[in-house]
Amino acid sequence: MAFVQNLNKKLKDVEISIPIVYGNVAFWLGKKASEYQSHKWTVYVRGATNEDLGVVIKRAVFQLHSSFNNPTRAVESPPFELSESGWGEFEIAITLYFHADVCDKPLNLYHHLKLYPEDESGSMSTKKPVVVESYDEIVFPEPSDSFLARVQNHPAVTLPRLPVGFTLPPPVPIEDTSKRKRGDTKDHPLAQWFMNFSEADELLQLAAARQQVQAHIAKLKRQISLIDGQQQQLRSTSDP
Amino acid sequence: MDAKDILGIPKTQLPTTQEKKSRPQKEPQRKPDGISREVYALTGGLAPLMPSIDVSQLKKRPPSDEKITWQWLPFTNSARKDNLQLYHWVRVVNGVPPTGDYSFAKYNKSVDVVKYTDEEYEKYLTDPMWTKEETDQLFELCERFDLRFIVIADRFPSSRTVEELKDRYYGVSRAILIARAPSPTDVSGHPLVKDPYNVSQEVERKRALSMVLSQTKHQERKDAEVLAEAKRITDSRMASRAAEEPEMPVASHVGSESADRAVVLGDTVSPSSNIQLPSATVVPSTSIIADSASTLASLRMLRVYLRTYALEQMVQAASSSAGLRTIKRVEQALQELGVNLKPKVPTKAVCAEHLELRKEILTLLNLQKQ
Repeated sequence: MAFVQNLNKKLKDVEISIPIVYGNVAFWLGKKASEYQSHKWTVYVRGATNEDLGVVIKRAVFQLHSSFNNPTRAVESPPFELSESGWGEFEIAITLYFHADVCDKPLNLYHHLKLYPEDESGSMSTKKPVVVESYDEIVFPEPSDSFLARVQNHPAVTLPRLPVGFTLPPPVPIEDTSKRKRGDTKDHPLAQWFMNFSEADELLQLAAARQQVQAHIAKLKRQISLIDGQQQQLRSTSDP
Repeated sequence: MDAKDILGIPKTQLPTTQEKKSRPQKEPQRKPDGISREVYALTGGLAPLMPSIDVSQLKKRPPSDEKITWQWLPFTNSARKDNLQLYHWVRVVNGVPPTGDYSFAKYNKSVDVVKYTDEEYEKYLTDPMWTKEETDQLFELCERFDLRFIVIADRFPSSRTVEELKDRYYGVSRAILIARAPSPTDVSGHPLVKDPYNVSQEVERKRALSMVLSQTKHQERKDAEVLAEAKRITDSRMASRAAEEPEMPVASHVGSESADRAVVLGDTVSPSSNIQLPSATVVPSTSIIADSASTLASLRMLRVYLRTYALEQMVQAASSSAGLRTIKRVEQALQELGVNLKPKVPTKAVCAEHLELRKEILTLLNLQKQ
């Protein structure tokens, strides 16, 4: 049985999304802080459930402030993170380059580095870092067959329900992870500080809001139809 | 009176008319001074309501301190080469005649036509299509007629088109310029070197221009129609891809009904135009296809995008018909409902719900307006 599919063909109506979290963790150096090196921070892009993003992302390039030496830092393998020390907050441009069968165009993310806690009265502690993370999803609207085959059962990737009668080529077996360097961030030293993003809360919030709005709409519609009905009556009685 | 004599009507017919006549005659006779008789008659024999010009002001003139006389004096024109002396009236102020060149001399501009020596010709400028004589003649005419190529083409002994003459002239000038320049970089800024004359382009351009100018009204209308059709087709190509998307029931419904129209339209458009229509999915754009369908289509054109970006685009598309105030009110409503303006966890489901919520709020606001 040979599937004579053109592996570069793109599929319609199947989109692949990769939930990611990107942001930074910053530790105040306390006694060891100097004027120009008051904080030690790490900026990163990780899978939302801490899975390995290396299946999709080939390389991540972090563009730092021009005052840093070699402000363009490329990270060639997961975990895609960069640690530095400094004193200033600035915008970091993160460019994600994907594997050839995934996408040939890079994607840009922007993260504002945060070192100082929100409330100024809060004292800075060397033990508890400042953490700012943003959740987002990378969407590939028309993934190629080979990409699909590769990531079919990978935990970092979200696939929708495939249309009926659709057969994918058999999945490529996932490499023995012990042989390769670990790319997932489950046991990352900073993992304890990672934020949890649950869509359930947000969904609940939105559902409740929608219910309210829909109720309002229904009420208004009733009122309007009442008024229209009254107008109709008036018009019909005034007709000669 | 004399007319009445001629006509033979008795003089003493109506004594009243004579009385009437004498009275209106009196008015025009009493004319005020300061306005001439003719002008007074123009206004119908009556004084104007408002004095249009204050008569007493007319004769006065502002006294000037200078003593002005006009003298007939000789002058020379620096633009002339023959030292001809002519005379003209000159306004002399306090006995001092004006200084300076003849005021029109500055308009005598001429073009610096390049002059090459015979050696330079041998070295840089030989050309199979042009003899040295012809080139010399051309340059002489250029100098004489200030690069007015139409005149030059007319006067040129052998018949050459304007474009050929221009090509030769600019080619020679450019070659000389480059040859004489100490280094190539010095001259590279010069317009002759930067943008050389392109004969074929010029010929083509003039041909196209004359075609456009000589189009009949009928042709113009047909062209405009075809262009508008082409624009509509390219615009709707994006929307037609969204029409196949199963997620948008509105668009697909429209797609099926406009597919019927496409067949009819395709027949009328293809014979009358030379434009290659794309394959069967030609869908004429109708305003029914929502903005969100075209946003979806454009998102699919991107190979990769972020969910937050997609949400932004869809929100913009949904509120494109709303004014700024309405958008602000939607955001206010979201805040009152305790929902984040930008979802903290933008998964596919969350984004969809968020979008739906925004649309519902818009509907609500529209209803409230009624």
